[in-house]
Amino acid sequence: MAEVAEQEEIVKVPKEPLFSKKNRKLITDPLTDNNPITIQVLGICSALAITAQLKASIVMAVSVLFVLGVGNVVISLMRNIIPSKIRIIVQLIVVAALVIIVDLVLKAFAYELSKELSVFIGLIITNCIIMGRFEAFALANGPWKSFLDGIGNAAGYGIILIIVGFFRELLGSGTLLGIAVLGDPIEKTGLYALGYENNGFMLLSPMALIVVGLIIWVQRSRNKALIED
Amino acid sequence: MANKTDSNVYTVLFAIGMVIVVGSILAFLASVFNPQISLNKKLEKQQNILFSMGINEATLTNDEADVNTFVPTTEVTAVFKKYIKEQVVVEGDEVSQDSLAYLIDLKKETEKAKDPNYTRRLPVFIGEKDNEKFYIIPVRGSGLWDAIWGYIALNEDLNTVKGAYFDHKGETPGLGANIKEAYFYDDFKGEEIFDGNQFKGITVAKGNADPKNLDKTDHEVDAIAGATITGDGVTAMIKKDLAMYLPFFESIKNAAN
Repeated sequence: MAEVAEQEEIVKVPKEPLFSKKNRKLITDPLTDNNPITIQVLGICSALAITAQLKASIVMAVSVLFVLGVGNVVISLMRNIIPSKIRIIVQLIVVAALVIIVDLVLKAFAYELSKELSVFIGLIITNCIIMGRFEAFALANGPWKSFLDGIGNAAGYGIILIIVGFFRELLGSGTLLGIAVLGDPIEKTGLYALGYENNGFMLLSPMALIVVGLIIWVQRSRNKALIED
Repeated sequence: MANKTDSNVYTVLFAIGMVIVVGSILAFLASVFNPQISLNKKLEKQQNILFSMGINEATLTNDEADVNTFVPTTEVTAVFKKYIKEQVVVEGDEVSQDSLAYLIDLKKETEKAKDPNYTRRLPVFIGEKDNEKFYIIPVRGSGLWDAIWGYIALNEDLNTVKGAYFDHKGETPGLGANIKEAYFYDDFKGEEIFDGNQFKGITVAKGNADPKNLDKTDHEVDAIAGATITGDGVTAMIKKDLAMYLPFFESIKNAAN
């Protein structure tokens, strides 16, 4: 929470350029040192559920990017008129409406994909990162900064999702985006000719947690400042 | 510090206004996208029906790798016209032609059929490929979480299964959701739904002594581990829905003799 409070103070400076150093930090911080998944440990549920395939990870990342980017702007524009007593409900309505729009667009223009992702698109509503950013940032900052913050956090979330999806699909199914990259496991070509086997365990949710754990380990061993006492 | 946004009146008015605005936006968008979405659903039904009788992308491309892919949406309407020779609706003893029979909503029919005076409309699609005739029956039931449905294609003897396709609304990914995977629905090929003259259906059986599904006369296919209730749902939907067609099957067999 310390980082969040800091960001809120920074942004009161009037008339700064669109991509000032502080504004750029809004995007780059969540990618590394304040990553929503590896540092704040938010949004873990969806990171477990949908990362068995790279494609689903990418679509989820893009959907969250849209919902969080637009949602942060909407909440920020409304921040002075939202009654504080019902602000959480108002935030929920905004997320829910945006998610329904994403769902409709996918159903109309990417029907196959929307069938595959059906449940998970709805689950964006419950993604803690979104409510967290609305509450911690958009309610206190202007639209442009909120937009950058939304994009930054969604990208930080998406990058982890894509890394996890990459390793799980590669080691679990031997494919990437559905294309066989390690050879054919049935015909025993490529790597499989040498006796390599797919690790079916990678396809199960617990392995996502372990992969996220490994990412956290690598990140903290490279940047000691992130280690808590 | 009294803020105008803290008053109760303001809060209530804001809530009402927000609901109206968001509601109208969503209603507007839904009506804009609806034609495209219902077209997608229509094409999907055509794809499913063709798929169950063994017409898939490989039929067009002659590439074995495409057997588990649907006919592409861009071509499915033409292919559907070519292979589905007749669509009929069975209502009690009456059988009528209806070129839109594939759009009959089984869910609504089941609802209406609760009224004892209502005669259920049962669609049958009659397909023809390489001079073989197939009867395709749609089925619908419930799995563990939500609806499951599918299409069973029968050979001309109205006994042997030519192929089957299943889909679901919200079964567990990796478990019940696997009813739409080839390794499950391919097992139905060649199974028989009658034992002599006795209607048996096809049971999704646990502890099936025949996991490779070599025995085609046991009326059983191997269940998916961890998906007992979805499997039982498939069994029940096949038994229940095919049973409604028994008089129709009987009349066709009699007409043939």
